[in-house]
Amino acid sequence: MSSKVPIRLSVNGRVRELDVEPRLLLVHLLRDQLGLTGTHVGCDTSNCGACTVHLDGEAVKSCTVLAVQADGTKVTTIEGLAHGDELHPLQEAFWEDHALQCGYCTPGMIMAAADLLARNPDPSEEEIRHGLEGNLCRCTGYHNIVKAVQDAAEVMHGSAVADRQEVSV
Amino acid sequence: MSVTEERTSGGNGFVGRRLKRKEDPRLITGRATYVEDLTLPGTLYAAVVRSPEAHARITSIDASAAAERAGIEAVFTGEDLADMAAPCPMVWVPPGVEVHVPEHWPLARGKVGYVGQAVAVILGGDKYGVVDAAEDVVVEYDALPVVVDPEAALEPGAPVIHEQFGTNKVFEWSLAGGDVDAALAEADVVLERRIVNHRTAGAAIEPRGAMAEWREGRLTLWSSTQIPHIARVILSIQLGISEEKIRVVAPEVGGGFGSKLQVYGEEVLVAWCARKTGKPVKWTATRSDDMLTTHHGRDQIDDVRIGAKRDGTLTGIHVKVIQDCGSYHLIEGPVIPTFTSCVISGAYDFPAVRTDIVGVFTNKFTTDAIRGAGRPEATHLIEVCMDQLADELGMDALELRRKNFITEFPNERPHGFVYDSGNYHGTLDRCLEMLDLEAFRSEQAELRQRGVYRGVGFSTYVEICGLGPSRALGPDGWGMQGGYFESAQVRVLPTGTVMAYTGTSPHGQGLETSFAQIVADRLGLDPEAVEVIHGDTNTGPFGKDTYGSRSLAVGGEAIARAAEKVQDKAKRIVAHKLEAAPEDIEVAEGAFRVKGSPDKSLTLADVATEAYIPGDLPEGMEAGLDEISFYDPTNFVWPFGAHACVTEVDVETGRVEILRWIAVDDCGPAINPMLIEGQVHGGVVHGIGQALFEQIVYDEHGQLVTGSFVDYAVPTAAEIPSFETDRTETRSPTNSLGVKGVGEAGTIAATPAIVNSVIDALRPLGVTYLDMPLTPMRVWNAIQEARR
Ligand code: FES
Ligand code: FES
Repeated sequence: MSSKVPIRLSVNGRVRELDVEPRLLLVHLLRDQLGLTGTHVGCDTSNCGACTVHLDGEAVKSCTVLAVQADGTKVTTIEGLAHGDELHPLQEAFWEDHALQCGYCTPGMIMAAADLLARNPDPSEEEIRHGLEGNLCRCTGYHNIVKAVQDAAEVMHGSAVADRQEVSV
Repeated sequence: MSVTEERTSGGNGFVGRRLKRKEDPRLITGRATYVEDLTLPGTLYAAVVRSPEAHARITSIDASAAAERAGIEAVFTGEDLADMAAPCPMVWVPPGVEVHVPEHWPLARGKVGYVGQAVAVILGGDKYGVVDAAEDVVVEYDALPVVVDPEAALEPGAPVIHEQFGTNKVFEWSLAGGDVDAALAEADVVLERRIVNHRTAGAAIEPRGAMAEWREGRLTLWSSTQIPHIARVILSIQLGISEEKIRVVAPEVGGGFGSKLQVYGEEVLVAWCARKTGKPVKWTATRSDDMLTTHHGRDQIDDVRIGAKRDGTLTGIHVKVIQDCGSYHLIEGPVIPTFTSCVISGAYDFPAVRTDIVGVFTNKFTTDAIRGAGRPEATHLIEVCMDQLADELGMDALELRRKNFITEFPNERPHGFVYDSGNYHGTLDRCLEMLDLEAFRSEQAELRQRGVYRGVGFSTYVEICGLGPSRALGPDGWGMQGGYFESAQVRVLPTGTVMAYTGTSPHGQGLETSFAQIVADRLGLDPEAVEVIHGDTNTGPFGKDTYGSRSLAVGGEAIARAAEKVQDKAKRIVAHKLEAAPEDIEVAEGAFRVKGSPDKSLTLADVATEAYIPGDLPEGMEAGLDEISFYDPTNFVWPFGAHACVTEVDVETGRVEILRWIAVDDCGPAINPMLIEGQVHGGVVHGIGQALFEQIVYDEHGQLVTGSFVDYAVPTAAEIPSFETDRTETRSPTNSLGVKGVGEAGTIAATPAIVNSVIDALRPLGVTYLDMPLTPMRVWNAIQEARR
């Protein structure tokens, strides 16, 4: 075992200082050392996306990032996406649209979708499908995932919210 | 946030509604607990050393260097496991049929039969450290000749994998009814096709994993499994531990698709290691482990003969199945092609049917149940051959289907199975309405002029599920060594909310929601007041777990029956309190009330108070409000439907694109329509995966070529269309809910629709038949060959 390296990073808004093995993967740092087990591992070849988190605001596959590479960064995981009890619009939409079954791909899928919407707030179906190409789901057949991302996009645009308010007035 | 669409005061009417899932909040926030998320103080991690050889004798194992590494607690090999009471069991013992079952141990003893077979296990306190140490184990092998092709394995002179049997044949058996030879002899046309249904993987995104703890003579195993109850029985047998000392828990399970309908060597191994070392032991498969050693599915060669009269009347079907079993069995692999034979009649009125099945050992991993388990193979061969036959008869393929659809139910098929209910014309009518076939045909013709090749393909499937009547499946029926009832317990708590225990073990199906809906309606509650508990052998009665689209049709019926027993007792208490007759009590608007006088009512909470503070119960009634039901169905259930798939084929590259998918399924009345749609979407994509992309490939040396998600191509969102779904509702007479299963239906339906669609697209170019997977290379080659 090689000697440990000190790193400092912010995870879901909290600063963490740890000593890690240079070969430690970010996903294992998050899961095993910080107890953030919402980030999953589904493969060993960077194909499945179950491990997707945000690193300085961008989606990365945390099985493909060394913990030492995350030194000095801001990491957001699925546990850090909601604001307290208020779910992120994507979480709401995944629930509403039945965009998950076993839930194993879900945290990674939601984190990837959040990144997609940050870059493209109004994606077409085609763009959503291609944007989520790096995340595998074996349960849902993707139909409801695509729908959930569309619905969340609408809510995040505010248009849906505004519409609803008008109706309720 | 409410689970329900609109709050009601509780009561009737939750069944049939699209309620949001009760299980989702923990899953969308990352707070669910899968096996890999569990660790106990002092946990040892296990790394498994696997064979790189497909067929070899083990001449020596030197684990000394590994054992000496810092942090390594122990290394065990097959020899160390000599105290194991029994090998991995295979539970199919068909009366009168000889099945060859080689001893299969969690760690190899003396010989290996497939690449990936476990040879040694390393235990240590560091996850990465045990993997390093595994590299240091030196195993010497004496390679033996390898056979991977099942037909070659049956040839005289082929290397025999298990010498004690003197053959690679696992078993031979037939299911038949009517005189097939006469039926084919009297036919005007006999269609013959050889259909290769290739090997696939379940590929749940959560790899397998298990953790065991041994404490004070008691074993707890947490496992990513579909079958915790069955696993407990098997652990007891294999480890020689008395059953009541074992607890098996399936925590959150990240998908199964049949691949976790299994008790794997590693589950038994971590339990054995935990007992041996006295420490918790945890093992998690990598994806490579999973591709190598999580059972595969399909892998049949089907020689089909179908007889028909000139006018299209079907006379008989005869199928010879060669099933590649791999080199060892797991719990039920060899029985899988039997499910092919059950539905060999498809949706059609064949007067004579016969399926002859041969199982074969090869130097590959075990095949066993993967989503559909034998029925996708049947539907594929029947539905592809219906199109082929129509072509040969010069008839429209849908007209041929309609001419032969079974229309009277219940319908006893020649091989003894009784189709419970159906309306095959109905699903096809609705499917065609949604498709607009005429518009498609004219567009297709127009596009062909411009060199654009589109096709439409259909699949009008029927399947058998809801496993199943114990009498049919059990020791005196097909010979499965078990019962196939399901259990449920509905327990009203003192404050009037409910714990409902099911013996099924869901892993994505949403039963916490649909079962809560069933209970809520019967007890005048909101589903939010019903907690559905599953996946733990130490809660609730002995159950039979989740597979074969049985959860709702068997487990849901058990839940309904247990809830009705509670309702009966509650009615008697209410009648006693309100001085009415029990028959005059109804459950409505969240209360038990006297029919005709709605103001005279009690809530379930009131009843619970009476039951748990028993001052004034009816004469002779016991305290408590807690009932169990064991439901064993009298028949299977037979879902059906019509799927249509529109594809476009790029004739320059051979690439197939799916443009539309229309699915009209009938699984009886819906408990929660949203969950049905989800199962259909996912099921169809599993079928699309097999038809277009996925294939487990071994080379001639028995090396797995598709050992990761790089080579094993699970479909991504980018390759999949959106779906157009609808349902018809035909009740099953088998259970009180009228329901059938839907977990596998999409997968069972899907593959022939795609293949028929691609052949339809390419027929003008002379392509008349294609085997799966329809990779660009295969399609392109077929086009070139047809042009020649
Ligand atoms: S675990 Fe599969 S991509 Fe990271
Ligand atoms: S919900 Fe199971 S893998 Fe996506």
